[in-house]
Amino acid sequence: MSIGSVPLRFKVEIDPERCMKCGRCVENCSYGVFRKESDNIVVANSRACVACHRCLAFCPRDAIDIYEKPTDYRTHPVWTREVREAVFNQAKTGRIIVAGMGNVLPYPSIFDRLVLDACQVTNPSIDPLREPMELRTYIGKKPAALSVKEKPNGDAELLTKLAPNLKLETPIMIGHMSYGAISLNAQTALAKAVTKMGTFLGTGEGGLHESLYPYQDHMIVQVASGRFGVDINYLERGAAIEIKIGQGAKPGIGGHLPGEKVCADVSCTRMIPEGSDAISPAPHHDIYSIEDLKQLVHSLKEATEWKKPVFVKIAAVHNSAAIAAGIARSGADAVVIDGFRGGTGAAPRVFRDHVGIPVEAAVASVDAKLRKQGVRNEVSIIASGGIRQSADIAKIICLGADAVYIGTSALVAMGCRVCGTCNRGTCAWGIATQRPELTKRLDPETNAVQVANLIHAWTDEIAELMGAAGINSIESLRGNRDRLRGYMLDEGLLNVLDVKTVGA
Amino acid sequence: MAALRIDAKNLHYTPLNQQIRKAVCDGVKEIVIDNVLGQRFIADGLRGDDVTITVNGVPGGDLAMFMSGPTVIVHGNADHAPGNTMNQGKVIIFGSTGDATAHSMRGGRVYVRDSIGYRGGIHMKQYKEKRPILVVGGSARAFLGEYMAGGLLIVLGLNGQVPVAERGVGSGIHGGEIYVRGEVEAKYLGVGSKQLPATAEQMEMIRPIIEDFAKSFGLDPAPLLKEKYSRIAAASARPFANKYTPE
Repeated sequence: MSIGSVPLRFKVEIDPERCMKCGRCVENCSYGVFRKESDNIVVANSRACVACHRCLAFCPRDAIDIYEKPTDYRTHPVWTREVREAVFNQAKTGRIIVAGMGNVLPYPSIFDRLVLDACQVTNPSIDPLREPMELRTYIGKKPAALSVKEKPNGDAELLTKLAPNLKLETPIMIGHMSYGAISLNAQTALAKAVTKMGTFLGTGEGGLHESLYPYQDHMIVQVASGRFGVDINYLERGAAIEIKIGQGAKPGIGGHLPGEKVCADVSCTRMIPEGSDAISPAPHHDIYSIEDLKQLVHSLKEATEWKKPVFVKIAAVHNSAAIAAGIARSGADAVVIDGFRGGTGAAPRVFRDHVGIPVEAAVASVDAKLRKQGVRNEVSIIASGGIRQSADIAKIICLGADAVYIGTSALVAMGCRVCGTCNRGTCAWGIATQRPELTKRLDPETNAVQVANLIHAWTDEIAELMGAAGINSIESLRGNRDRLRGYMLDEGLLNVLDVKTVGA
Repeated sequence: MAALRIDAKNLHYTPLNQQIRKAVCDGVKEIVIDNVLGQRFIADGLRGDDVTITVNGVPGGDLAMFMSGPTVIVHGNADHAPGNTMNQGKVIIFGSTGDATAHSMRGGRVYVRDSIGYRGGIHMKQYKEKRPILVVGGSARAFLGEYMAGGLLIVLGLNGQVPVAERGVGSGIHGGEIYVRGEVEAKYLGVGSKQLPATAEQMEMIRPIIEDFAKSFGLDPAPLLKEKYSRIAAASARPFANKYTPE
């Protein structure tokens, strides 16, 4: 007996009273849900629907409704629908399940169990409208001490040689999403947005497309295990260089861009033949130890004549603190900690949902370890993976981060509905696809404005939160556990985070 | 312009590379570095198509990493990953090299007279006219040409050596090709690789490369060319196509 069909995930309905038969849903759905039949529009295949809402967004009459899980399984607390359907899938195919976006398991959020402080009576709040608020952030090594010589005319001369730093006008950067994983129009919109906002965007491991050269001073180029698109020109163009060791959505494994996504242009930036699979191995095969990492950090610095900060990105895993301490000694200028809620174009489900730890705990323990060892000034901490709102940014900075990378939220600002099917390459919003008829839907100009708006709004909110807490500089917020309290967190986690409970 | 001689004794790699860069910038075409002893990153990211650098001694890791154009001749062994992510140019080593030789190499040539360590030519790749070539005179250790995505790798097994007698040859290979004199025992082939005798046409293709290799080290190519070779390449262009299913 075959397993047969599983119940629909989404049921799509058109209200015939409201439908004006304009056909926009037929044009916009890249999954083939709708069909024009003589004068009518019908739902031809609800099963193909992924709830990306492209049809809803462009229906002029609100005639479309989408219902999730219209058919029930017998309720069972252990054998959830997802567990059962994964078994069906693998019984049929014998393969590893791959999915897009981030972790879907309902692990409790640490962010949502941390609350921020505000001033009342004994110390005044600061009004950000009236007082200057310093959100400018420098990423890179800071000297442990400054050596200064007084000149005869009374001026001071700085004798300490400063390492190159990135200057951010806001602690919000956009993380690495490669050309290949997302479209060039999407990357262009993000690049324009960060340039406008005085911050930075990661290229991902897909090279740097020629059309993005005008934004290169705001781009961080990535060197990952596949070394796609990496040559000396690429390294010299970036404002900084990031070595990607791991990714929060899939710690411990490599990446795999399937050949169908390697179109002519993607092949050109990655420098691999068109249609060829782009396989990034799990480790860098020239890094098998912390000493080898130091060698790669130094080789990148040497190649670019010590003009660029070099970041090292790791997935948040059990021993992040010890690993980060090693990275701090490798000569790297910043360590990026990518939590287990980080997004991805495609990851094996078992990794996305079960491997790694939350960024909140990882950043707190990394910050504590580096301070304990007296090397916190040697390396900046960038937090990423699961940053959803400005409050998360304020909280993670209190836990010790210098800045954050956002990813999914920047895509949501361009229309992404978090449908989680980025791996299929048919993104109706023109983001996670290389099909020209879909990518042209995404206008870089308007989307750059939307992404810049988001960064602007969050920066304003952080300034307000700081003002309310009587803090006028982001540096006074950084690592400031005193302005955080844990709400219903257990003692073990409170200790790791080094925060007190509410009421204490 | 006259050749520049640099004495690298007790010299750190950064000032050494600064001297090299400055010389190339000033138009020097011939640079000889004496007393090299473990300095890493020599010619790292260096450009200059008509520049030749002679290294007398034993360079440290990542020799000619990201290099794009020059020729580097080493009279001695080389450490970890010479030719790492190299883009263009030539590295000729009169000796043996460490692990990850020609790692992720993208273009140009690396010739090693003697033997290489583990993971030689791992993840080499090619794009259009950029086709990296690694030729090894002696033998290679395990994981040769693993994850290879393009390029050409030849192991000659000179002086009676077996070219490669360890596991993982070409595992995950999805582009490019490996030639060995004689053949690799089937049990040493990695997942996804396939070995066949080299055809006459393929031999014609590698002939000028073997001749150039022999010439670089003053060897007679004739006996090398008379021998039989095997070619190891991807069993399928999409080794991982059947591994995954969408959620």
